[in-house]
Amino acid sequence: MQKARIPKKVREKKQLAAVDKPKMTLREKVNYSEDLFKKSGHYHGIHRLELRDKDPLRFERVFGKLRGALVGAREAALHISASPIVRNIGELCFALYTPEGDSITLSTGIIVHVHTISEFIKYMIRNNYEDDPGIKHGDIFCNNDAAIGGVHTSDISTAVPIFYKEQLVGWASGVTHEPDCGSSMPGHSPTQPQSRFEDGYIIVADKIGENDKIFKTYRLRSSKSTRTPMYWDLDEKARLAGCHKIREAVIKIIEEEGSEYYLRFIREIIEEGRQIALARVKERLVPGRYRAPSAMPIAFVEVAEGRTERPRQDILANAPVEVIVRPDGELFFSTDGASRSQPFPFNCSETAMQGGLWVLLSQLLFYDGRVNDGSYLAVKSYFPPGSVFNPTDPFASYSCAWPSLLACFTGLVRCLSRGFYSRGYREEVVSSYGETTDSTQGGGYLEDGTYFPLATFDISAVGMGAGALRDGLDYGYAMWNPESDMGDIEVWESLELGFPWLGRRVKKDTAGFGKYRGATDWENLRVAHGVKSLFAYMVRGGGVSFVCTGLMGGYPNATSYRSAMARSNLAEVTQAKRPYPTGEGDPNDSEVKRFLQGDYTIHKRGATLGGNLSNGDILHGNMNGSCGFGDPLSRDIELVKKDLEDEIYTAGLVKRVYGVVASYDSKNQKWVIDEGATRKERQKIRDLRKSRAIDFKEFLESERQIVFEKNLIEPIKNMYRESMELSPKWAEEFKEYYGLPEDFQF
Amino acid sequence: MTPYDKKTIADLIDGKLEWSALKRIISDHKDADRFEKVLAILQERVPWKEQILLPLAEHLYVVQKGRERIVKAECGYEFGDYRQNWKHKSKVFVRNTPELLQEMYRNWEHSDPQWQEMREFYCPGCYTLLDVEVLPPGYPVTFDFLPDLEGFYKEILKKPLR
Repeated sequence: MQKARIPKKVREKKQLAAVDKPKMTLREKVNYSEDLFKKSGHYHGIHRLELRDKDPLRFERVFGKLRGALVGAREAALHISASPIVRNIGELCFALYTPEGDSITLSTGIIVHVHTISEFIKYMIRNNYEDDPGIKHGDIFCNNDAAIGGVHTSDISTAVPIFYKEQLVGWASGVTHEPDCGSSMPGHSPTQPQSRFEDGYIIVADKIGENDKIFKTYRLRSSKSTRTPMYWDLDEKARLAGCHKIREAVIKIIEEEGSEYYLRFIREIIEEGRQIALARVKERLVPGRYRAPSAMPIAFVEVAEGRTERPRQDILANAPVEVIVRPDGELFFSTDGASRSQPFPFNCSETAMQGGLWVLLSQLLFYDGRVNDGSYLAVKSYFPPGSVFNPTDPFASYSCAWPSLLACFTGLVRCLSRGFYSRGYREEVVSSYGETTDSTQGGGYLEDGTYFPLATFDISAVGMGAGALRDGLDYGYAMWNPESDMGDIEVWESLELGFPWLGRRVKKDTAGFGKYRGATDWENLRVAHGVKSLFAYMVRGGGVSFVCTGLMGGYPNATSYRSAMARSNLAEVTQAKRPYPTGEGDPNDSEVKRFLQGDYTIHKRGATLGGNLSNGDILHGNMNGSCGFGDPLSRDIELVKKDLEDEIYTAGLVKRVYGVVASYDSKNQKWVIDEGATRKERQKIRDLRKSRAIDFKEFLESERQIVFEKNLIEPIKNMYRESMELSPKWAEEFKEYYGLPEDFQF
Repeated sequence: MTPYDKKTIADLIDGKLEWSALKRIISDHKDADRFEKVLAILQERVPWKEQILLPLAEHLYVVQKGRERIVKAECGYEFGDYRQNWKHKSKVFVRNTPELLQEMYRNWEHSDPQWQEMREFYCPGCYTLLDVEVLPPGYPVTFDFLPDLEGFYKEILKKPLR
């Protein structure tokens, strides 16, 4: 006999009631929820948003209260911190999760970590923490293991369970970024580690407190495990205070709205987030296949100079991005073809990649949705196991994951932007973002023995790429934290006591060229002063290569380089009250060299393993701008004039690149464009293009010869070899493209 | 969402909107008829008759030409079937020496040609720069976007694809 069909509405209610019954273990709840999603295609099996449809104002009010509580928690918590990274730059974020660990809503801040914390909570649930070490009211859990949930060791997450009448109703969580993570070298993104055993002080989803109090043993252990224990301790308290504020707010909301409403609400809001995400894909993109490869280079200065203490090699990691958009709103993101994971610190865990995907989609496509794990559930992804974006080696190091992650996701921005453009939403197009790399790191001792870290976080204000209707945003963006801020120099100097700034300023002629220009690079110039010892290093993906390109004819921004002056005579110059450099400017006519004497060095390579500085030594650092959009010859001459006025470009560059002939009228103190000469100059550039360009076939043959003869440097050969070994599909396409024999290998 | 008038969309395409007006458009809900409006404006502007099916990139369109669907440039140059990478019919210039890179960038501020080459793809009709790739030597040329035209028209626009 055929069974009576249970109406969908009744079935959903039963499903929801079942998951919140105490007899189900947490692990069973996670499995149950995932099973419901798999079977129904809807989060928690929720097809209809009953609460929202029945009383949308109440629904929005509850959401508003939760969101307000999280933003309020962040604002309060950052004042507990002493680290400028957290207190001034705002490198923290809070989020609220379901009992199963799915994010409901979040505060402002480093939102890249919202999904990574979800993985941390699920890790505890899947490993039966409910039984051992137990999950109860007042417990405090902590994690910074990137293999579980995080990007690298310096991102520390705290999670606190929220109970209402002895029922687990969710998790409050917060994350902060530490200036030092206790690695084998000082700093927050160390470049030397080759395995997790050098990554620093790793807390593996540990219970670090009970009854709302952090264990004394944990605090003592932490105080001896990093070089900046005060910042660690106060950040710990900041995270905990924020979590407790959220817990209080959630309990108050439950008391006002009822637990039944709340538990249905948190699932509906995630399903709503998922539905909005699908709708946005359909609304703003064109179905099809998008591709945007990048290659992440790490070229060590020390390797070139043969002075590495331990074996190191230059690296080029393939970071191909493919996005498939289907007409039903499904978006599939893949890095198939990526390079192999290595014994280096530039690996990214799968959770970090999910975090990167989530944070960018939240900003580019789903920003007016709910920005919760609904977005995560709406998107499918593939990060090849064993690749740099999903290492399978349990010992893999993740301490400097960002250069790889940042290079890879520039491709996602370019892919989505092509979709926005084709769909007519040109205002959404962004050529990409500047990589937030090249911060100065290390640590040292003042002459009186006081230790100070180097962990400048002005990388939180690099460039946002040009759009299809506007120039890039200068020094105002970080892909992982939309609340961009470079911080005041004076504040950084209060942390980095022995390494004051001589200046910070815009670097001319570096913004990516285009019809709309990218953001300009900017620079720091610093001097070691009053130190007994100082160890410093920098890392930037670029240097030997551009990390990402412009869009539709736009060019990349200038690459970085390394320059320094050892044993400068700055003290003598300042004593004599002579001018001193506040930046480098054109490296071919360095202001440092013009004003000072000393041993000046310059290198194209962007990464260093670290070196010692003495008093008077000068270090230059570049911060990224971003790429341009469209053919530079179509840039409005009025915009070029403004570039000259704003000192973004020099007259020489605008003539060379933009074909704009300009002169400075010193009497009236303004730039004058010669429109007739500009027309001629632009035609001249167009004619030059015509005279030099070759047919594609000719170009293809020359490239084929390079590949066939393997006339490539080792890092490139390694990159191709690894991609072909890891991905048969990538290998097949590569060989087919060049018509290479089946048995071709690098 | 109230649709924007044609002039507003035309000004948006031309980058002529004031920031305050552009910001409102960015912040507001999207206008559902944008694609049709943009298409109509672009169609009026191009100097040829073929029906535009999709704006593909700056200067490039997917158009219906007889029974074929091809990539066509604003200047009239035809790249062929849209399912093939239009770059394969373009003119190419490779900056793979310091001298060539220093026509654009200062010394020290460009890539090392051993690590990476800069490829410029021009329209053979008018030498507009259509795309710039920066990739290691030997890296296959990127097929940036292969649209699913049938799926887009049938399932999203709910229109026949002519």
